[in-house]
Amino acid sequence: MVDSGSVTRVLQRLRSQLPEAALVTDRTRLRTYECDGLLHYRVVPALVVLARSADDVRTTVAACAAEGVPFVARGSGTGLSGGALPHADGVLIVTSQLRQIHEVAPHDQRAVVDPGVINLQVSQAARPHGYYFAPDPSSQQICSVGGNVAENSGGAHCLKYGFTSNHVLSVDLVTPQGDSVTLGTRAPDAPGYDLLGAVVGSEGTLGVATSVTVRLVRSPESVQTLLAGFRTTDDAGSAVSAVIGAGIVPAAIEMMDALAIEAAEAAVACNYPDEAGAVLVVELDGPAEEVEHEFAAVERMCREAGAFEQRVAADDDERAAIWRGRKSAFAAVGRISPDYIVQDGVIPRTALPEVLREMTRLADERGLRVANVFHAGDGNLHPLVLFDESAPGQGERAEELSGAILDLCLAHGGSITGEHGVGADKAKHMPKMFSDDDLDTMQLVRCAFDPDGIANPGKIYPTPRLCGERPGKHTGPHPVQAAGLGEVF
Amino acid sequence: MPASVLRPLVRPGTDTDAVAGVVPRLVAEPASTDDVSRVMKDAAAQGHSVVVRGNGSKSTWGVPPSSLDLLVDLSRMNRVLEHEAGDLIVSAQAGTPLADLQEALAPAGQRLGVDDVVPRTTIGGLIATNVSGPRRVALGTVRDLVIGVTVVRADGVVAKAGGKVVKNVAGYDLSKLMVGSFGTLGVVTEATFRLHPVPEASTWLTVEAESPSAASDLIASVVHSQVVPAAVEVDAVPGAPTRLSVLLEGTERGVAQRSERVRDLLGTTTTYDVPLALPGHADGARTLLKLTTQISSAPEIAQAAVDLGFHVRGSVGVGVLYASTGEAARASAAVGTLRTLTGRSGGAAVVLDAPTDVRDVVDMWGPVQGLDLMRRVKHEFDPDNRLAPGRFVGGI
Repeated sequence: MVDSGSVTRVLQRLRSQLPEAALVTDRTRLRTYECDGLLHYRVVPALVVLARSADDVRTTVAACAAEGVPFVARGSGTGLSGGALPHADGVLIVTSQLRQIHEVAPHDQRAVVDPGVINLQVSQAARPHGYYFAPDPSSQQICSVGGNVAENSGGAHCLKYGFTSNHVLSVDLVTPQGDSVTLGTRAPDAPGYDLLGAVVGSEGTLGVATSVTVRLVRSPESVQTLLAGFRTTDDAGSAVSAVIGAGIVPAAIEMMDALAIEAAEAAVACNYPDEAGAVLVVELDGPAEEVEHEFAAVERMCREAGAFEQRVAADDDERAAIWRGRKSAFAAVGRISPDYIVQDGVIPRTALPEVLREMTRLADERGLRVANVFHAGDGNLHPLVLFDESAPGQGERAEELSGAILDLCLAHGGSITGEHGVGADKAKHMPKMFSDDDLDTMQLVRCAFDPDGIANPGKIYPTPRLCGERPGKHTGPHPVQAAGLGEVF
Repeated sequence: MPASVLRPLVRPGTDTDAVAGVVPRLVAEPASTDDVSRVMKDAAAQGHSVVVRGNGSKSTWGVPPSSLDLLVDLSRMNRVLEHEAGDLIVSAQAGTPLADLQEALAPAGQRLGVDDVVPRTTIGGLIATNVSGPRRVALGTVRDLVIGVTVVRADGVVAKAGGKVVKNVAGYDLSKLMVGSFGTLGVVTEATFRLHPVPEASTWLTVEAESPSAASDLIASVVHSQVVPAAVEVDAVPGAPTRLSVLLEGTERGVAQRSERVRDLLGTTTTYDVPLALPGHADGARTLLKLTTQISSAPEIAQAAVDLGFHVRGSVGVGVLYASTGEAARASAAVGTLRTLTGRSGGAAVVLDAPTDVRDVVDMWGPVQGLDLMRRVKHEFDPDNRLAPGRFVGGI
């Protein structure tokens, strides 16, 4: 248990090592950091450190380790699962000032960047050399690379190019014990355990990244983007199945349903086809001749599946216009509903029609609406549960529907998160997806990195395992629970 | 656990069961994850040291185990469990030969994007050793393609990580932690992979150069071109011309057109049946090194290995090379030099396989970053150090 004096002692240690401007202690300013992109969880941190260098991060973590004080790392704060939600008795380490791109090495297809560098800036720096950074969350104009690493947040182009984890070559990590270690190398297949593979997507529970070496991908010679309007999501789903079944791997294949289109129109006037019950955004990239050939096949398949209108982007501006509706969809929903919950479940792609129908039924039962925006190629759904918090009971019903949607995903063999992470929001759902033994085994990694459990505690796992416990079956209450330090959901 | 429960699964070890020269006292041949769990619980109770084997195609690799009471042979666990073509995923038992898996996927026009570089490799062996092959340029490696695993821990507890959907970030990615761990963290009994469609057309284009160094510009021209190679391989033997081969995959028309562009870059090419196997034979009689490097240094590293008398073959387009020699004295002397060179470019030189006289004088794994953390991970997973003791980096 953290005593109130511990954070004070951390502050005293840091005052001798960091400038006063790097330390935020004023209650009003602290409140600036009380949540990340998931607004309905709010916790005011005890102390905020605005790190200006890797050394600042190391110094802060070392002070926390010495005093047993929890710490949470935060980049741009765009996370959607509460992964950067502060700890009330802990230190929030903000890395957004670490924003230098140290090296762009196209001949080695890599770039070395600070964790606070904005995702899109990596591609902008690499583009003159004919390269780009493939992971592209919808928030790529503002989200940080460190956050992408923490959450393994991918985006629309994961289908063809793989996930953030596939694009991180190495990370300098400050471990929860305050040591610096480099995981991975500039070369592939570093010998030893793939600790980097475990760290990417560990949501800040294994340490804080202070430098990230990312893989750069050759900019494609040709990119073709299609917007196709369908009467129904089933028709659009048939087109997706046809494309995948034909052995075509689009760079991206995204779907929006009628309600999501309505929201996007209200927000950014994206001018998607009138009366569309669903739209697909399909992007192919690669060598010009391949793209041309496969794009013609995709257009034909969409037509055969019932697309009543198809538009092909003639240039980058038109491509951006097509993507604008899709990329703004989350924020746009605010235009048609006072409140909403963004879900992030995953299903086997072939289960899509059945899951969408069932989702509609679940929403109807609760008198709520669900807008759907998703990565159709890999089955990563982003249902937006719309509600009005001021209407009695709606907030609870929305929460319940949101959970029911995750159950639906799991019932079809899917996952509770495809790119947003578990964070604070979904920790309680982890036992639905994983057994106690599964979770216990994951926590063996946690114990190796963070034996005192101070790195972003309370995230991912509903009940932490005490490091030092031997693995295996235990009877009676968990020691953490018995000690009053945690509860079982 | 009563001996009668295990008896049908266990037999005495023989010389043919040897792991890097160490003969196990007992061999278990489980047929299911539950069997493996029972075997491991019993082994834990008895304090047995354990090594896992698939088909044994790479059992001479790595440092010999410091102790070996029980060999867990997974060759009976050889079934493809689930192939969902529409979802581009497959699950299989760890003892399934990669070749059998590919055969099962072929009717659907799909494949696991990993090459069979060591004949008879099982998918468990692929995961344990992280050997991928030429197509890694386009499709990634075992590490990138595995999306879920079932693992039996040293204490017999069965755990799953990942899942059966391509996109999934729930919990730690233990699948990746298992890849390349040489069976020292747990027994992987099942794995799920993402698949890729088999392309309509595929062709290798080969050009000869005087040496890897002389091919350096050609390599760079292809790697940084827009032809999207699926593989960029080098094959170089001392005293003979170096072969540089580029694999193109895609549509018939696209491959034909890109072939012309590769010829523009490389000059006159021939088609040549490029061997996917590692250089030399992985049989414990030759020394086999894995050399990793940043991309731009790969030709230089290949050249250095050739100059030291090695047959070099590998993915020069990504910086992963394999080097083989049958001359033990030469191999022993060269490891240090190659370690220095690869180290300078952020890579490593690992001795995968070697005869005893080489093993006796070289550090097989060499220096490894983050070793302290690795030891802590090993301690958490296997506190009694019973899984493949001593076979891995830093004596793990």
